[in-house]
Amino acid sequence: MNNPAPQNPSRRAFIRNSALLGGGLVLGVYVTQTDTFKHWIAKPDEAADSVEFKPNAFIRIAPDGTVTLISKQPEIGQGIKTSLPMVIAEELEVDWRDVVIVQGDLDPVYGSQSAGGSRSTPTNYEEFHRLGATARNLLIQAAAQIWQVPADNLQARDSAVHDPASGRKLSFGELTTTAAGLPLPPPGEVKLKDPKDFKLLGTRIGGVDNPAIVTGKPLFGIDVQLPGLRYATYVKSPAFGGKVVSANLDEIKALPGIVDAFSIDGTENLKGLLPGVAIVADSSWAAFRARQQLRIVWDEGKVAEQSWADFSRQAQALSKQVGAEVLRKDGDTDAALKTAAKAVEAAYQYPFISHASIEPQNATVWFKDGGVEIWAPTQNPEAGQKIVTETLGIPKEKITLHITRSGGGFGRRLIPDYLIEAVAIAQRIDAPVKLTWTREDDLQHDQYRAGGFHFLRGGLNEQGKLIAWHNHFITFSHPVFKDGKNSLELGSGANLSGDEFPGRWVENCLLEQTPLACGIPMGPWRAPRSNVLAWVFHSFIDELAHAGGRDPLEFRMEILGDQGFLPGSGEQGIPYDVNRMKHVLQHVAEKAEWGKKTYPRGQGQGIAFHFSHRGYIAQVAEVTVSPDGKLKVDRVVVSTDIGAQIVNLSGAENQVQGSVIDGLGALMFQELDIDKGRIVQSNFGDYPMIRIADAPTRIDVHFLKTDFPVTGLGEPALPPLAPAVCNAIYAATGIRVRQLPLSRTDLSWS
Amino acid sequence: MSQFTLSVNGETRSIDIAGDTPLLWVLRDHLQLVGSKFGCGIGQCGACTVHLDGEPTRACITPVSDIGQRKITTIEGLSANGEHPLQIAWRELDVPQCGYCQAGQIMTAAALLKKSPRPSDQEIDAELEGNLCRCGTYLRIRAGIHRAAEIAAARETA
Repeated sequence: MNNPAPQNPSRRAFIRNSALLGGGLVLGVYVTQTDTFKHWIAKPDEAADSVEFKPNAFIRIAPDGTVTLISKQPEIGQGIKTSLPMVIAEELEVDWRDVVIVQGDLDPVYGSQSAGGSRSTPTNYEEFHRLGATARNLLIQAAAQIWQVPADNLQARDSAVHDPASGRKLSFGELTTTAAGLPLPPPGEVKLKDPKDFKLLGTRIGGVDNPAIVTGKPLFGIDVQLPGLRYATYVKSPAFGGKVVSANLDEIKALPGIVDAFSIDGTENLKGLLPGVAIVADSSWAAFRARQQLRIVWDEGKVAEQSWADFSRQAQALSKQVGAEVLRKDGDTDAALKTAAKAVEAAYQYPFISHASIEPQNATVWFKDGGVEIWAPTQNPEAGQKIVTETLGIPKEKITLHITRSGGGFGRRLIPDYLIEAVAIAQRIDAPVKLTWTREDDLQHDQYRAGGFHFLRGGLNEQGKLIAWHNHFITFSHPVFKDGKNSLELGSGANLSGDEFPGRWVENCLLEQTPLACGIPMGPWRAPRSNVLAWVFHSFIDELAHAGGRDPLEFRMEILGDQGFLPGSGEQGIPYDVNRMKHVLQHVAEKAEWGKKTYPRGQGQGIAFHFSHRGYIAQVAEVTVSPDGKLKVDRVVVSTDIGAQIVNLSGAENQVQGSVIDGLGALMFQELDIDKGRIVQSNFGDYPMIRIADAPTRIDVHFLKTDFPVTGLGEPALPPLAPAVCNAIYAATGIRVRQLPLSRTDLSWS
Repeated sequence: MSQFTLSVNGETRSIDIAGDTPLLWVLRDHLQLVGSKFGCGIGQCGACTVHLDGEPTRACITPVSDIGQRKITTIEGLSANGEHPLQIAWRELDVPQCGYCQAGQIMTAAALLKKSPRPSDQEIDAELEGNLCRCGTYLRIRAGIHRAAEIAAARETA
């Protein structure tokens, strides 16, 4: 986080010197500010500075030359706080070292502020170019006015406007007063830079908060400090949907450091304010310690009868029946499978998993002056504000929401359950209150990636070509009462599109879906659906390739075929550019020397691709499996086509490498069991996450520059990893992984 | 409640607090040093790592009554102005994604570099095994430690 207050010249000198002395690979914005949250408590009086240039809500240029850019989207580790301001800075022609970036509060002036679906870059990219270019245009006009020369003769670069004819220049800081008095140019007059002239975009720029991160400055929601702050913990029913019957509140209130304890009735909304007991104390530890003495009698309700073992039995039984819904029916799959030269049948399954973002959910709330002020690590501030209004009737205009940095998101913080809990608790306390979930709360009250079961059949003709594909997907849903009747609503991220590859590519294709009813909360987990569908489909495609004695790459190229661009089927369909996928697939094969190397037993390569979030990604994994079944991923090669421009090369590479490691962690370890309507696992001891020794030795990342629109990279590089690794395991050992996580499959060979 | 006198980042801090309070919450709630992070509360994720007399220690499971005379160093006290070789390397290589675990990673790595100034990948993996990075920055963490070792070596010879 950077200091939002006007900077003095000595600080600017410090910034330049520090950056130069670093001698490093990336530029960094150095921060001297120690109290990150100060400006949220007492905002500087902006009106007092009459010569500041503010061409729009995102750009402020101070007379000392400091350029303050607003980051509107929440920073959750995806790097948006660095990358989107880079787009403005590129067009503005400001020296990056003069830039200070401030996280914007929730404010309609910024437009949508949700960070999800890898959408922040594609939805803002062009607009941010225009914002920067408009400001540049005005600064040039200001200089033209001062010098009385045509604006066309002038150039902006390195935080100044230059007159090449005379060699004179005026810094942006010197131009603010004049620029502030100019009318905005008509949009048609604002010229964007030619991408070939980009100086900042596509280079490696360090995260703007790195200096604060490596020195432990307050940044995250959990770091918020306020005068007189109280600390809360909130205990919900271990079985989902349970209600509080009674609790030993009087005993709790008598414990040391306890400010108050009370139960909250809550609502039935699994993504909202669930019933529970709040303990408010004078420190986090006093609250957590008192919680150990808390005795709650729960009415656990019907969900307490649910278990994974039972879901699994139901799925096996349902697989023998016709699916509840047909998502795609092309040709006659049954007939084709009967006459196929080769037919293969397999069942794949995966468990519920948690987001496990490393910063537990938390929010700080202060009711004062007739309104409510909220500080939250959220991916979706609009949803946070909305649920406060809906649940507690607090009007929108009375809610101030400060977006803090988030210690990981992965989709978890799109859901504002923790935020509304903090507000409901603080409403009863005459002081600011910070609610901090324990890791156990976080793991046992997540909005989970749904488990699922796929029953697959595939058929090949005499030439080994894929001619038939049947998938019966048994998935999870919530019972809902809607429009006067009971129905099942598929869990978030638990649905399959009839367009998902290889639907549309196989002449005889039957995709069926049957929902199981459950009471377990489900939510978007990084690359929803895709994060497991790619594993299922590319594993089974691999099975078919091997069954037909075909090379897995060549088999896939044949399936993709020569169809060029495929429109989506209906409104929810997925448009697909076959050529872009073939391009990355061919590229990754070349870079990984696919088929050119011979491996001893226990080593091998696997390949997979996936299209999601507007990104075309192919991966090759190279693995070693020891005879006793220990997996080591030696190298992953990733080829991506995410359009015409990489914004921040360092951040983009970090996202891809992180996606590979995240995908590998989910593949190797992550699994939740459900019993008696609750999550069995409780913390990282029984819910292991990937650690450094299991990270691949090498991850090679290739960005293919194409003519397509720029898109985001938080998600699309994750899905192909699991099938690439599992296909490599098969190549190395002959063992096919059909269940996640990997720890369920014995990989030993001899 | 009991009175404890702690040495934190070279300063003496007195605090009246229950003896079972984990050092992490003393730092975060009472001393306003929030660089050490809460991740799991059971010593499994390493986000709370601090040094006690130079030894990397999980502050979330260390009761304040166990500290005694040992000197506490947190990320805020690792260097005077953010110029520890690891801090420089982390910025240079742009290691963080969300950044939440990185203070713990750096504190563990700092102790490793003290006993092994040019560690191998295997040593790094063994020593950093207790520090989770949920974003998966492990490759840059390895590279960052190697880079910090270079920076430290260059300082030695300078």
